[in-house]
This record gives sequence, C-alpha cells and structure tokens, in this order.
Amino acid sequence: MPNNNEYTIYICEGTGCVSGKSHEIRLALEHKIAEQGLNNVKVDFTGCHGFCEQGPIAIIEPNEIFYTRLTINDVDEIVQSHIMEGKPVERLFFKDPISNRSIPYYRDINFYRKQQRIILRNCGHINPEKIEDYIEREGYNALKKVLGQMTSLQVIEEIKQSGLRGRGGAGFPTGMKWEFCQKEQSDIKYMICNADEGDPGAFMDRSIMEADPHTVIEGMTIAAYAIGAGEGYIYIRAEYPLAVKRLRIALQQSENMGFIGDNILGSEFSFKIHVNEGAGAFVCGEETALMASIEGKRGMPRPRPPFPAQSGLWGKPTTINNVKTLATVPVIINKGSEWYSKIGTDKSKGTAVFALTGKISNSGLVEVPMGMTLREIIYDIGGGLIGGKDFKAVQNGGPSGGCLPASALDLPVDYERLAAAGAIMGSGGMIVVDSQTCMVDLAKYFLSFTQEESCGKCVMCREGTLQMLKILEDIIEGNGKEEDIDLLLELAKAVQAGSLCALGGTAPNPVLTTIRYFRDEYEAHIKEKRCPALVCKNLINFYILPDKCQGCGICKRGCPVDAISGDKRMIHIIDQNKCIKCGNCLDVCPERFNAVTKVSGEKLQVPQEPIAVGSWQNSESEEKL
Amino acid sequence: MATTISSVLNQHSRDRRNLIPILQKVQEKEKYLSPASISEISGYVGISENDVYSVASFYSQFRFTKPGEHTVKVCLGTACHVRGGARVLETVERELKIKPGETTADGKYSLETVACIGACALAPTMVLDNEVQRSMTPQKVVDLLKSRNKAENDAK
Ligand SMILES: Cc1cc2nc3c(=O)[nH]c(=O)nc-3n(C[C@H](O)[C@H](O)[C@H](O)COP(=O)(O)O)c2cc1C
Ligand code: SF4
Ligand code: SF4
Ligand code: FES
Repeated sequence: MPNNNEYTIYICEGTGCVSGKSHEIRLALEHKIAEQGLNNVKVDFTGCHGFCEQGPIAIIEPNEIFYTRLTINDVDEIVQSHIMEGKPVERLFFKDPISNRSIPYYRDINFYRKQQRIILRNCGHINPEKIEDYIEREGYNALKKVLGQMTSLQVIEEIKQSGLRGRGGAGFPTGMKWEFCQKEQSDIKYMICNADEGDPGAFMDRSIMEADPHTVIEGMTIAAYAIGAGEGYIYIRAEYPLAVKRLRIALQQSENMGFIGDNILGSEFSFKIHVNEGAGAFVCGEETALMASIEGKRGMPRPRPPFPAQSGLWGKPTTINNVKTLATVPVIINKGSEWYSKIGTDKSKGTAVFALTGKISNSGLVEVPMGMTLREIIYDIGGGLIGGKDFKAVQNGGPSGGCLPASALDLPVDYERLAAAGAIMGSGGMIVVDSQTCMVDLAKYFLSFTQEESCGKCVMCREGTLQMLKILEDIIEGNGKEEDIDLLLELAKAVQAGSLCALGGTAPNPVLTTIRYFRDEYEAHIKEKRCPALVCKNLINFYILPDKCQGCGICKRGCPVDAISGDKRMIHIIDQNKCIKCGNCLDVCPERFNAVTKVSGEKLQVPQEPIAVGSWQNSESEEKL
Repeated sequence: MATTISSVLNQHSRDRRNLIPILQKVQEKEKYLSPASISEISGYVGISENDVYSVASFYSQFRFTKPGEHTVKVCLGTACHVRGGARVLETVERELKIKPGETTADGKYSLETVACIGACALAPTMVLDNEVQRSMTPQKVVDLLKSRNKAENDAK
C-alpha cells in the first residue's frame, strides 16, 4: 500500500479479534494518535490473520512487527514507545510455545514460516472493506486477463491443466466440473459459491470472506464466464454475520467499479451476484439441498443424475464451488497452471487450508502445500499440543471424516492418502486431541450431530444412525455389551449403503475410524466399565484425597449441588450419590493442595464422614497394621 | 392494512425464492415467527400456511415462540466440544435453570446451542446477545451472568 506514513498500524478485525475488542482498540489508537498530534501514523484494519488464538492482533509497518493479545490498556504504550520513541513493545511480542522466546517479526513466527499462503494470500494484509487494497495486490487482474484475452474454453483448459480440485470436500477436478456445465445448451445458467461451511469446528471459509471477499467474487465471476452463467448466488451460513456484511460491501464496490454487473469491463459478459443466507441446516451444504434451499424449499437432497451441471437451480445448468476453490482461481489465472501444478503431490495439486484447533498450542488457520505431513502441520506449525501433552488423535473432515492416531502422523496430507487411512480431506477442519478426549465420546458427538442434521428422507440415515447412536450411548453409560462393536460395524455398512447423499453415506466414518484405531478404548468401556480418558460421566468419580485435603472449603463453595461436606480444617467428603460430576471441585481446589482427583473403574478409600485434617494417615496405617 | 411486518414484506417480490429471506427478516424484526406472521407471509407470497410452516420448521434458525430479552448461545462445535463446551452449557443451564430451547420464567434469557460460530481458536465459546465470549470456563459463565444482572439492576 502506498503511503507517506512512517508507521502503519493494522489491527485485525476478524470475528476472533473483534470478540477481544479489537475494534475498540483501533478507535482508542486513533484517538490517542490524534491527541498526540502525530501525523506520520496511519491506523487501518484487516481481516483475519488466521492466528485468532493470539488475538487481538496488530501488525505495525515498517518491518511487520507482530503484536499479540492486545488490550485497550496497551494503546498508550504502543503509541508512546513504538511510535514516538521507536522502541517496539517487547512484552506484546509473540512467545514461541516451544522455545519460550519472544519473536518480534511476523515472518519469523513458526506458525507462519512454514505456511505457503496462496488462498490466504491477502488475509491480514489488506483492508477487506476497500477494493483499492485488493486491486493493489493484483486484484481483478485475472478477470481482466480472462475477459480480454481468453475464451471460456481456454479458461477451462487452464484450470484443468492446473490440476485444481474442489476444496469443499470431495475433491472433484474443477476444470472438468466447469466443462460439464459449459457444454450444456441453455440460455440461463447459474454459478453458485458454497459458503455454507457446515463442518462444526472449522472457519476457513469464514476467514477468507471476512479478510478477502473480493478474491471470492473475482473467482466466481471467472467461473461464471467459463461456464456461461449470467447470475450467481453465494450461499453463506447465517452464523457468520461479519462475513455477510463484508461480502455485501465488496459486491457493491465491485459493481461500482464495473467488475460485476452488465457488460463487465466493456465486454459482452454480464454477471450478477446474490447473497443468500443459510438458515441453519447442515445438509444444505450438499449441492442439491443447497439449490432447493435457494429455491425457497426445504433443503432436501435429491437423487443424481440429473447432475446440477445438467439440471440444477430452477432446472438450469448450474455449477457449485467452494469458497476456497474459487479463491484459488484468480491466482492460477495470474501465475499460470504450470506454476500451480508444481505445488503439491502427484494427484493433489496446490495448497490445503486447515482450521487447526483443539488441544493445539498455535490454534488457527494454516495453509500448506499438499503433501506436508500431519506431524509438520501439528508440531512445526501448530507448536505441538498445549502444555506439551502427548498427541492422541487428529480428526479431519468433521462429521464426514475420521480420527487418525499417532501412527499416522507421518502421513503426507492429500486427498488419496487421507482417504486410504479412513479419514477425508474434507473442507479443512483439523482437530487435535490429547489423552483427555474420549474417542467413544467423540464418535458419539459426531454421530449425534449428523443424526440431528439428517433431513430424514432416507430410512437408514435417519433410523440407522439413531440405532448406532443408542449403542454408543449405552457404551458410554456403562451398559455396553460385547457384541456392540460388531453391531456398530454392521449398522455402519447399512447406513453407508442406504443413504442417498453423502451426509448419511459418510456419517459412520467417525465411528469406523475410532473403532479401527482406538478399539481398546471401546473395550475398556464395555468390559471394564472404565473410561480411560476420564470423560464419560457414568464411569467416573471425583474424590477428595484425605491425605491432601487441608479443609479450606473452597470446593464446597464451588459445588453446585451441595455434594461436599466438611467444616474448616476438616477433611472434606464428596457424597457420590449427590455428585453430578461437574468437575468444579477439581478446578477450584488450590494447586498447592491438589486434593481433588478424578478416577474411572476404581474406588478410592476415603473417610465416611469429615474428620480432622491430619487424622486420616493414622486410620489408614492402623487399618494396614 | 399496514401491519408491523408489511414494511419487511414490501421489500421483496411475491416469489417463492424470497420465502426464506422474508422469514429471516421477519424473525430479525419480531424475534420469532408468530402464527400471525406466518399467516401474513403465506398470504403475501401466495403459498399455503402449511407450506410456509413446513419450510420454516426445516431450518433450525427459525423460532416459533417468543425468545427472552437476552439470548445465550453456547457453541457445541467440535473445537468447543473437545475444550469443554458441554461444561459451559451445563453451567449456563444450572445458572439460568433452563434447557436449550427454553426461556426463563421472567422472560429475561433464552438459551440456545449452536454448532460453531467460526471462532474455534478461542474455544470454548458462547454468544451473549451478539457478543462472542471467548475461552469460557464454568467460573467465567457464572461471573458473566452475575455482572450482567448486576449492571441491569444498577441501571434500573
Ligand atoms: C452434508 C454435506 C455437507 C456439505 N457441506 C459443504 C460445505 O459446507 N461447504 C462446501 O463447500 N461443500 C460442502 N459439501 C460438498 C458440496 O456438496 C460440494 O461438493 C462442494 O461445494 C463442491 O465444491 P468444490 O467442487 O469446489 O469442492 C457438503 C456435502 C454434503 C453431503
Ligand atoms: S442420506 Fe440423510 S441427509 Fe442425505 S438425503 Fe438421505 S436422509 Fe437426507
Ligand atoms: S464434581 Fe461437581 S458436583 Fe461433584 S462434588 Fe465436585 S463440585 Fe460437587
Ligand atoms: S467449534 Fe465453537 S466456535 Fe467453532
């Protein structure tokens, strides 16, 4: 960005940072700078940098000094020290979770260093509400090139050559998809951007739309040109109000500058884009359900063929692409298919964006070339697990995906290899868990999600998943039977076979992969009535350790159901019949006492009634004598 | 006859494709879809009330009862789930003495669950009115609700 300012402060105003009051921080900065009469500083905002966990984030130019976890109280010091005295504020630097060193510069942070940002190229570097910022970074050049120099067939050929595959989950070759639709004879065709982002635990598409909405619009317009569509829809989750707002602003700006609308850039090509907000139905991420929803109907999938390319929205040829797929298109047009096809693996070209979350140190958005191993993503970029804990599993692809164990860490990530291991690439959710997550519980979590979201059309998807869910609930509650695992496997097959759409077809995946890789955990629940992760409520107990309790009474006050008894200086006791296993007592017991413990499959010896602190040791040793 | 929702209806053509956007706009204005609104929408778009209801009830966004003054939405997405979302929900349930989908007797709070608001890196999250609350713990839930109640009482 050209400016004559000595300093530019970019505050992140993505959903994550806004929740940390970044907007107020920006206003305070502007106020302070005005108050000090400084005219060499510009304050601006960007969309999501993808490192939300460290937010609110600011980048200060020159040199891209990276500040983390800002609060309003840091504003004065930033202005005084960094801007007025030229001394960056060290305590706000990012602290590397492994080396514990403070790192001042954006480019030196491991989280970013190993990434290759193509889809996310502009995220965090431009003001998403200013089209000028996008244009400055080659924005709309690809559209100009396409309209000025290329036929629709040439565009399709270029995308085919690049090897780009759909980033919405299934990985279908994008060029081929466009070709199917291009070939259809019809005066009306539609181009749809799938921004429904249904995976409950992923935010790749949200971040892109919040941080770089124009790239989605540009990609979509190029796609529309290629297939010959005059009208387009962006179908976006209603849970993303900020993304909706930024998209609408961007569309208006784009139309004002003639990048969409009638006779784009003086050509014959016209294209209009509508924004439709979803209404909270996961199944509407499925293409045919999505189209039914745009038509104002219940979002129920229908059988294919006919494929959307032949008969889609209102019966017209339609192409549907994911946000990330479309965001990649302008880069491929600008840099060429040859450049793009050199990135990635044999069959999976380009980069993949993941929302790396769960028990990971550096939680956030990660873009890496296909073929990088899970280990590199989780350890080199993600900084390993929180608190240096041991890795247990990684879940890819949300409710349609699978859980992979530590033995899969060296697996290079691409469509084929993840599928072979039982997981899927999915849309980009990547959730890392440690020993505190119960794999049976996690499988149940996903299955109850899909069960709830099943549109109900297919019996196996509706009832089969319900049966599976009941079995999982039994296992979790300690009522599992030995034959349950086989029964689950059998039902899984039936659900896969008897479902019309991929919601049902992939619903058993989380169960299948957890049985495949964590069967011992199922068996512990069934045979020993024990939850190794200490999660399943019916199988765990909380105890106050009599040799550690100092009778401070903090747990007693924190117990919501008065299950704890004991006066000051007395060893406290939990009434197991009253306890609802909320875990508060474990949280609040002071670390120096560490007197509350959680166990599964065992009973601890504790006094029946509160007794004086210090008197337990004796009774125990007496018993032993 | 002008009703409270006619201003919303008039912004859309009488076309089935506008049904969901209309339902959304009406709910935004009225906070829920009352039988009267459904009936008016049905008349405006020209589809039977049954049909309007059948579409609306398919989507979890739509409510058919009046929500409380404030809405608490607890995220039960995967990232929040593995970082203790269920405990956050249990705490809210206990504090407000309601289950998801319900409203407190005094009409103050409604409780809902949501599957990911896209702030997974800050898990577990919840949304109080339109503000995202990050890295929640049972204790933070208790404190937050207390401070809100106190602020409201002070304001009175
Ligand atoms: C139940 C279900 C939910 C889906 N959710 C999404 C979604 O949220 N976003 C998405 O892009 N694709 C989703 N898909 C995949 C889409 O149906 C479709 O394959 C994709 O949008 C195509 O775009 P692509 O070729 O660019 O990947 C979902 C599929 C199913 C069966
Ligand atoms: S598989 Fe499930 S979600 Fe898909 S159409 Fe059948 S019932 Fe509906
Ligand atoms: S786990 Fe919860 S209910 Fe049980 S004793 Fe502890 S604080 Fe009380
Ligand atoms: S899972 Fe809760 S915000 Fe994404």
